[in-house]
Amino acid sequence: MLKILGYPDRLSVAPGEEIAFKVSLEEGTRFDARLVRVIHGDANPAGPGLKFRHIPTAIDGSHPGRPQRIDAGSYMIVERAPALAAKPFTFFAMIWPKLPERVDQTLLAQWDPKTRRGFRITVDGGRLGAILGDGKRIARLDSGKAMLIRQWYSIAVAIDPATGAVTLDQIPVGNYAQVDDRGHAEAILGVTLPELEAPLTIAGCPQADGTIDGHFDGKIDGPMLCEGLRPAALHQTLRAIDPVTPAPKIIARWDFSKEIETTTAVDVGPHALHGQLMQLPTRAMKGWNWTGEEHNWARKPDQYGAIHFHHDDVYDAGWETSVALTIQDDLPSGPYALHVTCGASNAEATRESYIPFFVRPPRNRNGKRPDVVFLAPTCSYLAYANHAEHITARGAELQMGRLLQFGHIDLYMYEHPELGGSLYDRHADGSGVAYTSRLRPNLNCAPAYHSWLGGHGSALYQYNADTHIFDWLDHQGIDYDVITDEDLHADGLDLIRDYRVILTGTHPEYHSTAMWDAMKAWIDRGGRLMYLGANGWYWRIAFHQHLPGVFELRRSEDGIRTWESEPGEYYHSVNGEYGGLWRRIGRAPNVIGGVGFIAQGFDLSSYYRRAPDADNPRAAFIFEGVPDAIIGDFGLVGGGAAGIELDCIETRLGSPPNMLRLASSEGHTPMIMLVNEEFGVVPPNLGGDLNPRVKADLAFGETPSGGAIFATGSIAWCGSLSHNHYDNNVSRITANVLKRFRDPKPFPTR
Amino acid sequence: MTYKVDPAADRQYIEEFRRQPIGHHSPGLMRLLTVMRQDPSGRQVILICRKPFREWVLGEMPASRADPIAIESGPVFTSREEAEWEVFRRRWQKLTGEAINLPYRE
Repeated sequence: MLKILGYPDRLSVAPGEEIAFKVSLEEGTRFDARLVRVIHGDANPAGPGLKFRHIPTAIDGSHPGRPQRIDAGSYMIVERAPALAAKPFTFFAMIWPKLPERVDQTLLAQWDPKTRRGFRITVDGGRLGAILGDGKRIARLDSGKAMLIRQWYSIAVAIDPATGAVTLDQIPVGNYAQVDDRGHAEAILGVTLPELEAPLTIAGCPQADGTIDGHFDGKIDGPMLCEGLRPAALHQTLRAIDPVTPAPKIIARWDFSKEIETTTAVDVGPHALHGQLMQLPTRAMKGWNWTGEEHNWARKPDQYGAIHFHHDDVYDAGWETSVALTIQDDLPSGPYALHVTCGASNAEATRESYIPFFVRPPRNRNGKRPDVVFLAPTCSYLAYANHAEHITARGAELQMGRLLQFGHIDLYMYEHPELGGSLYDRHADGSGVAYTSRLRPNLNCAPAYHSWLGGHGSALYQYNADTHIFDWLDHQGIDYDVITDEDLHADGLDLIRDYRVILTGTHPEYHSTAMWDAMKAWIDRGGRLMYLGANGWYWRIAFHQHLPGVFELRRSEDGIRTWESEPGEYYHSVNGEYGGLWRRIGRAPNVIGGVGFIAQGFDLSSYYRRAPDADNPRAAFIFEGVPDAIIGDFGLVGGGAAGIELDCIETRLGSPPNMLRLASSEGHTPMIMLVNEEFGVVPPNLGGDLNPRVKADLAFGETPSGGAIFATGSIAWCGSLSHNHYDNNVSRITANVLKRFRDPKPFPTR
Repeated sequence: MTYKVDPAADRQYIEEFRRQPIGHHSPGLMRLLTVMRQDPSGRQVILICRKPFREWVLGEMPASRADPIAIESGPVFTSREEAEWEVFRRRWQKLTGEAINLPYRE
């Protein structure tokens, strides 16, 4: 099991700035820390092995530590709420339970956990309920009928604080034969509610230990509070009233369709009891009244009045800082990590972690910069943060073609779902995880992490696979800067304008519109792009405009995906953009990288066979010293340079017509299969053993402004760089390309 | 009805798997492995890595994440392929009732 873990408060830091690390120590009271430059994070004994360069700083040495925990689960809170129990009141809402069988879920609460006073309106085992407490006694009532999953209900709960009289109604919107889910209950519980000036919460309830728990899993639409004991039938009347029209005796009426891009829950009632949405519940969710006529929430907000809460949502772990470091002015830009240890690792426990981050160039850009920059695909690292399909999805072994490996980190991940899932995981209620945040430990984004996927052999994916590039650049003695996706999103073209060469990671899959536009503008102005991976520029994401470090993904239409956005929920909540594949808005990956996604599989990689275009004089510089017909029949990732995910040239999708197909892979296993956006009718020959379209293209092409694109077409390519002490045809081709790309001489355009 | 493992017809793939537990497999062995690797109970046999690239044992992930992963104390494997063979043997016995009394390597 993992005994120490943590996260930085930022992934990118400039010289002179401070970066803070939040560490949880699972045993003992002290840990050691040191700053290292990350060279090679692959522990595979068949390769160069782990390489880190210690950078002495003031933080070297021992630090106090303790366990730190995450209070996961989204909810709404009104901090300064009036004491509802001052008078009789009625709560109305439309709800869509997604995990109804779960017990102790809260719809609305004004509750003091220490004195056990107040009220909670609940869903427990699917039944609408109410809990009243006066500090001496707790009394309960429930509807006696279980609600169904994924069905809308009108719920009404009237409470008389003086007598403890409670009336509950759960009224299904849909009617089904043989189904009895309509519930009504009323009783005088004999508990006198105190006038409690406590925060009002929706979808969560304060606990005695200071956390919020008892979360609701599902959608809530249009919650409102009225004065007096009101009949359930009134809800239908109130729902029909435009929210801006004053309704009689309204205490609060939260309209979740307002300010959807924010974390504010707007109360359109007379008292402006606006709520704050905590830990990222999903907004822009279609409500009970969605008709299907409009899919864009911005055009029909009144049909998007629902918020989907999850008990396993997380935005900010909120841990205390354990170590803070001011980056010295002369520290070169590059990949770094805080190395923390708490003893010797053994077969039962790992007692060290590498917490990665990047030092970007100085913000004032003073001084001479290298001509090469590595664009760290941090959006892709975060999309895969705590990727737990090996835990949550059965069938992953089938996909991998081998047993799923669980290291100590995976065992920790299994026991700590509160870390929050990746954009590949589903919430416990089955809905897809649509937001990801960097303000939490990201356990599979680290040097020395060996994944349950990523190709037999080193089994690396994302961050740790990219350390093969760091290592190769270090071996070649290349001076390079590092910037992150988040930097590019924030700074745009200005950040990359002066670099001659951009190196991508092995799997730069997720891009915001600002990132895409900046990259395209840089290419169009003559930049030289070395796309060192595959399945890049695939999904369109949207950064939150109010919460740093978080972005959203709607998995709309199609693509390789582990969950699907619901119909009508294809537009991002944080900025209103249409989500899904870049390809579906006319910007296929091929437009940026010259090649685009064609196939994937995770067992074995293969090799490339030289193609006729390799002998085109335009490509002579690439093959200098490489007469070989077979390229990359070796490597740490699956045993070959062509594997995991493959791209190919496709002019139909936007590959420039002048792209040269230098080599193509062949000999793939049946487990490397065509991606689903590449076929309509399912063909019987999906696998690489029978489908000739399953191949990676090694590609090169000049751009109209004298720049160029080089694409490997394969995630596994970089796993072959170090073979034979870096003396091999994959390394040589990569070095030849980098050398020419750094040469300011424009590439010929005619 | 999906394919049911037939010991008489599928026995031929045992040696192919033993020779190369992770690799480019024949269609017949692929079919056998596809059946073996599906468990409707929701339980999942997994490989617990105790020391990276050096030492593994088998474990079982329960259907519910609320329950703990069961980790076997042995056998201890020194390669992933060796562990694959052990799991193959167990699954074959479960599906056919037949024991495979062959080590991973002679």
